[in-house]
Amino acid sequence: MATTRELIIKRALQEVEDGMYVNLGIGMPTLIANEIPDDITVMLQSENGLLGIGPYPLAGEADPDEINAGKETVTSVKGASYFDSAESFAMIRGGHIDLAILGGMEVSEDGDLANWMIPGKMVKGMGGAMDLVNGAKRVVIIMEHVNKHGESKVKRACTLPLTGGKVVDRLITDKAVFDFTPDGMVLVETVGEATIEEVRELTEANFTVSKQLETTVGE
Amino acid sequence: MKQGKVYDSFQEATADIQDGATLVVGGFGLCGIPEKAIEAIQESGVKDLTVVSNNCGVDDFGLGLLLQTKQIKKMVSSYVGENKNFERQYLSGEIEVDLVPQGTLAERLRAGGAGIPGFYTPTGVGTPVAQGKEHKEFDGKMFILEEGIKGDFALVKAWKADKMGNLVFRKTSRNFNPVVATAGKITIAEVEELVEVGELDPNEIHTPGVYVQRVLVASDYEKRIERLTVREA
Repeated sequence: MATTRELIIKRALQEVEDGMYVNLGIGMPTLIANEIPDDITVMLQSENGLLGIGPYPLAGEADPDEINAGKETVTSVKGASYFDSAESFAMIRGGHIDLAILGGMEVSEDGDLANWMIPGKMVKGMGGAMDLVNGAKRVVIIMEHVNKHGESKVKRACTLPLTGGKVVDRLITDKAVFDFTPDGMVLVETVGEATIEEVRELTEANFTVSKQLETTVGE
Repeated sequence: MKQGKVYDSFQEATADIQDGATLVVGGFGLCGIPEKAIEAIQESGVKDLTVVSNNCGVDDFGLGLLLQTKQIKKMVSSYVGENKNFERQYLSGEIEVDLVPQGTLAERLRAGGAGIPGFYTPTGVGTPVAQGKEHKEFDGKMFILEEGIKGDFALVKAWKADKMGNLVFRKTSRNFNPVVATAGKITIAEVEELVEVGELDPNEIHTPGVYVQRVLVASDYEKRIERLTVREA
């Protein structure tokens, strides 16, 4: 059976389409890069100033002047460009990046996202996450559906300080795919072996089930 | 000895940085950081510095050196998570920290250097970042007012310069460097290669020399890699 991460990454990969400019967040989202098929052209943006991230370098070829936003050594692809941080966030905030896929700690039924601080713990900083969720044309959050205590991370309201309010377009977990619409949060797909009933049990947030999903699976 | 903008000693180039100064510093992680100017400032012992930089180095390298010697009073950064000294000093209240979203930090420096006192951004609305800030609606969407940042000194690392201070950066070591270069009252640029005026192609200059007051060349850059990641052949 696929691990939760594999399930999430496999589903998240479907969000990435030919011709897109995409920013992948640090951590699990970065892993999506390895899975992008060779027959589509996707330019990956790194907010420290690179459009066109390539694979990790070969051993012995790492260049300290070429890193991604996670401070990992990378390479660049043909057609890549380098720019300064203000330019980088002009491109993000100005709505020129088609898609941002970021990790999450909590998502609320209103599409609020919390992914940067836990009160009482050392605050490390938000980095570029707040700019990305407010700037990218489409914001997809990927995270595990429940925390290690089995509690839902898909909340009626976030309990952690927000990264952005009403910023999430789609949430992908190891159990479900939700869209955030003017009519509220909608379950559009189940993931892996999950059933609609199981998603209901594991989700604190209020949501409706899309007509299409109801017809395909029944309840 | 200095000739025009070109200094041959980091000690001399940083000698007028006083206690309590605000430094705006280029770099992202350990990439493109002004290694030599930081070392000179550590040696000089100036204290109570306010340092505006996306990150704060690691324990024993980059801006982390100035934390070791407790020369920093306040950090303005977007992410400070790589540094245990920082954590210790922050938790004990020895150091103040102002966390600023990365894009807002870059734009505040750009604005500071461009003579723009403030601007509205959607970044941070509805979060702790927005507390106490002016809110304004444009076209039905909420924005907050953020202010430009200027520094008494800017510390910049570039790849190449000519003797007029025209700068060229390499790959992602550019990052915050061009924006901090514009935001410093006195901008000190250190480079790996210094050439004669006229040798850089004007089409390829990233930072025009007007922003740069002091230029130094150094050869033995450590360029430490924070996270070495490689693939199989």
